[in-house]
Amino acid sequence: MNAGEVVTLLGRNGAGKTTTLKSIMGIIGKRTGSVKFNNQEIIRATSDKIARMGIAFCPEERGIFSSLDVRENLLLPPVVRAGGLPLEQIFDLFPNLKERLNSQGTKLSGGEQQMLAIARILRTGASFLMLDEPTEGLAPVIIQQIGHTIARLKKEGFTILLVEQNFRFASTVADRYYVVEHGKIIDGFSNAELAANMDKLHTYLGV
Amino acid sequence: MQALYAQLLVGLINGSFYALLSLGLAVIFGMLNIINFAHGALYMMGAFVAYFLLSLGGINYWWALLLAPIIVGIFGMILERTMLQWLTGLDHLYGLLLTFGIALIVQGVFQNYFGSSGLPYAIPDQLKGGMNLGFMFLPIYRGWVVIFSLVVCLATWFLIEKTRLGAYLRAATENPTLVRAFGINVPRMITLTYGLGVGLAALAGVLSAPINQVRPLMGADLIIVVFAVVVIGGMGSIMGSIITGFALGVIEGLTKYFYPEASNTVVFVLMVLVLLVKPTGLTGRAA
Repeated sequence: MNAGEVVTLLGRNGAGKTTTLKSIMGIIGKRTGSVKFNNQEIIRATSDKIARMGIAFCPEERGIFSSLDVRENLLLPPVVRAGGLPLEQIFDLFPNLKERLNSQGTKLSGGEQQMLAIARILRTGASFLMLDEPTEGLAPVIIQQIGHTIARLKKEGFTILLVEQNFRFASTVADRYYVVEHGKIIDGFSNAELAANMDKLHTYLGV
Repeated sequence: MQALYAQLLVGLINGSFYALLSLGLAVIFGMLNIINFAHGALYMMGAFVAYFLLSLGGINYWWALLLAPIIVGIFGMILERTMLQWLTGLDHLYGLLLTFGIALIVQGVFQNYFGSSGLPYAIPDQLKGGMNLGFMFLPIYRGWVVIFSLVVCLATWFLIEKTRLGAYLRAATENPTLVRAFGINVPRMITLTYGLGVGLAALAGVLSAPINQVRPLMGADLIIVVFAVVVIGGMGSIMGSIITGFALGVIEGLTKYFYPEASNTVVFVLMVLVLLVKPTGLTGRAA
């Protein structure tokens, strides 16, 4: 991946997309091979070290803590380097969160929880964000809002690796696509080549 | 009436120890998923460290209140680093057996050197004597134990529920993998948490030294009741352990006044009743 890019991993259920993100983050038991970040090998690093290099992960299940209120959830990840979004800017992106700072984390709606899960990794200064199915199970309006957010983050210079089942959503934000099957990348193309690859893609995804 | 108040006071003092010990157990269980059977032995070590500090080093009670929890806490952290950490992800039973074994070894070693009878530890001069409250005579040291324990319990509650460090702790209790992926060194936090829980036990040991004497089996006798307290209160909640600890001490005291024959069993009867009605304990979450 290049800095400032949005790349989407596509593939069927169980193809290994989430596992790819987790391997990069270092939260999978056994890893072999190589993962490089800023030309540094990180395959042997523990996940806390990897996070401190500037990689942040937003899991599919969102991982909002029920014993923490929204403010505590938002402020939980420590700042790992300078350059994170200031809180005002985060509230600007997600105005709902500002109104619900004192609610229990898991009392939020699904969409709000997803926003909180994204919001909390924006303040840490991590420049490389991995979002696992951020639109799963959400209403179209909220999906749109998340789309705007990703576009905005790209403009701010974040590099984003996205896992998405929702192909139509992905096509609104991604620069490039990789297709994953049985844990391997079997194809890749840019957004411009998307139309030409539509048929192939339908076969890959079996839709 | 005098006797009633006296038993209430005894109940509050026992309640202080229950609260300090069950609080530590709850914190440890939350983070390490270990039912720390060594807790009673570590409580005893707290009392012994205070005894050694005084008899060998001439270091007084007030310093012991600070130093014994630190010394025993470090001992606990060494246990965690060298043994307990390898149990991560295993069934509760393994942690229970390991810590039970540690308790037996520690108690055995102390019994070997100090026998089973108690060593005296004098009440510090500043807390000697008593005052007449009108309705009862209050030994100052006992009043001090109740108030100081309450303050420590509330401070621990504040630390865990209201501070940033506490937020890390609560979050790591729920989902350690994700907290670590945010860049927090969770294994180090687990070690420190064990140290904190153990330190609270040692602190209770120091507080109890002038009241109950310093004996190798002082913790073994107490810990069975404390586990019943924990079961009644539920493992999940900090405030729950504090309130249940004090409440059960008082209930025990009242039983001693009204029906002394039942005073040793009342806690266990309550435990059975609570387990029948609400198996997770009064304030507990489902495991």
